Amino acid sequence: MNYDNILSQKVLDLKPSGIRKFFDIAATIEDVISLSVGEPDFKTPWTVRRKAIEVLEQGKTTYTSNSGLEELRRACADYFKRTIHTDYSPIDEIVITVGGSEAIDLAIRALVNPGDEVIIPEPCFVCYSPIVKLTGGVPVPAVTLEEDCFKLTADVLKNLITPKTKALILPFPNNPTGAVMRREELETIAEVIKNTDIVVISDEIYSELTYGEPHVSFAELENMRERTIVINGFSKAFAMTGWRLGFAAAPKPIIEQMLKIHQYAIMCSPTVSQYAAIIALTDCIDEVRAMVEEYDMRRRLVVKGFNDMGLPCFTPEGAFYVFPSVKSTGMDSQEFCTRLIQEKSVAVVPGNAFGDCGEGFIRVCYAYSTKHLTTAMERIGEFLKEIK
Amino acid sequence: MEKLIKLLRQNARLSNAELAAMLGISENEVAEQIKKLEQSGVIVGYTAIINDEAAGENTVSALIEVKVMPKAKYGYNDIAEKIAQFTEVESVRLMSGAFDLAVTVKCADVVKLGKFVQERIAPLDGVLSASTHFVIGRYKELGSVIDNNRDERELVTP
Repeated sequence: MNYDNILSQKVLDLKPSGIRKFFDIAATIEDVISLSVGEPDFKTPWTVRRKAIEVLEQGKTTYTSNSGLEELRRACADYFKRTIHTDYSPIDEIVITVGGSEAIDLAIRALVNPGDEVIIPEPCFVCYSPIVKLTGGVPVPAVTLEEDCFKLTADVLKNLITPKTKALILPFPNNPTGAVMRREELETIAEVIKNTDIVVISDEIYSELTYGEPHVSFAELENMRERTIVINGFSKAFAMTGWRLGFAAAPKPIIEQMLKIHQYAIMCSPTVSQYAAIIALTDCIDEVRAMVEEYDMRRRLVVKGFNDMGLPCFTPEGAFYVFPSVKSTGMDSQEFCTRLIQEKSVAVVPGNAFGDCGEGFIRVCYAYSTKHLTTAMERIGEFLKEIK
Repeated sequence: MEKLIKLLRQNARLSNAELAAMLGISENEVAEQIKKLEQSGVIVGYTAIINDEAAGENTVSALIEVKVMPKAKYGYNDIAEKIAQFTEVESVRLMSGAFDLAVTVKCADVVKLGKFVQERIAPLDGVLSASTHFVIGRYKELGSVIDNNRDERELVTP
């Protein structure tokens, strides 16, 4: 059988994730010190885990409504009101999804017709562009620069807008750069698109992890709620990656269509996770605060470490990554990462896994203990000395 | 100060430069604060948390529950301080409840430990009884999980 003839051409044309490729290299090396994960090192808060155990004991293991448990949707609505000062109806403007990832998929599929363009600031998380391609849309990368602290600027955006532009992704706080967009910076973006029909998909999965000012959502800007899909989830803030639970909020006409895809493709999100997540939103503020405080101290440690060893590193204000430049070594990011893991057993992710403009950078995650971080950075320091 | 203490509790080997970066203050300030904490007796000492088994030590540890007749003038201090003098003793704590002093000790072997209890602790003036419980496994010491090399996360994730 010639499988190339039977498989979807759109899928065949997708490039495998650069992260996956690097994982395969890392898996062949023994005793790797990894700085390459995209998830917290903390355990899910105990109260959340206990709730899940209780739910299992009670045998609450059936489907929930398509859009998710009403109690959880209400908790999400309260959460949005509390954190981004925006009202969403728990009845028809919120859907509980399988991770933030599914919410991204639903949002893009609900909006994009073949030929529509979606502007995607890069470097960014790996999923936006492939999903746009699967819908027949056209991903349009918007390059963010280190000198702009990896923020999207109005000028860059203006030059990319065409009559075919359907949506803009706003992935801030950003994976892999750690960049955030402040209110005044978001306002310049709003100014550019306010007289268009462009929809903003605001991926705010790292919203709780900001160091400095609290996160601001595009949806809370004046008149922007009507054109914004807000995506969030439990993975990063509450250390719940494996529970696969996220949520999206948007005006009813958009959520209605997203929910259609969700009900056919997924039915409903995992029930035990949903019950437990109510506790996360209502009862874990202290745990989240403690985790953020830890991340913040590690962030300072790692930023200083890289700058001291001669890999210039901009100070990120969100998420749990730093994005130092390796250009001074004369190597491209693939070569740097491959040699670093082969010679020092330290795994970091090449920046170009997050878009072409990530070339020359590496993504380093600091969701590790200080002991782990200092050991890894010592080894990177040795590596730099040896290659001189 | 509070954050500095928290960091040192987690990992006392962080350098002043590292601590300064994490706390957002200067190295000099870190040095000064640590000095102050040491001089005022807030920081009593520094130690490594050792996994005895991994270190190949065949020592034996025990918790001794000691019941004491408190002395009129000194209360429990006199006897507690006496017990604390022995090098075999790792900690001495005054407890509420059924016994008075919780004493943890470490000796080279069972015979030595037995002797220590019989010859050093039990005969002390004021000791009413001493019951010894051997340690047969360790899971967490001073906030560190002993077998902590397991990171169940995948090596590389998006």
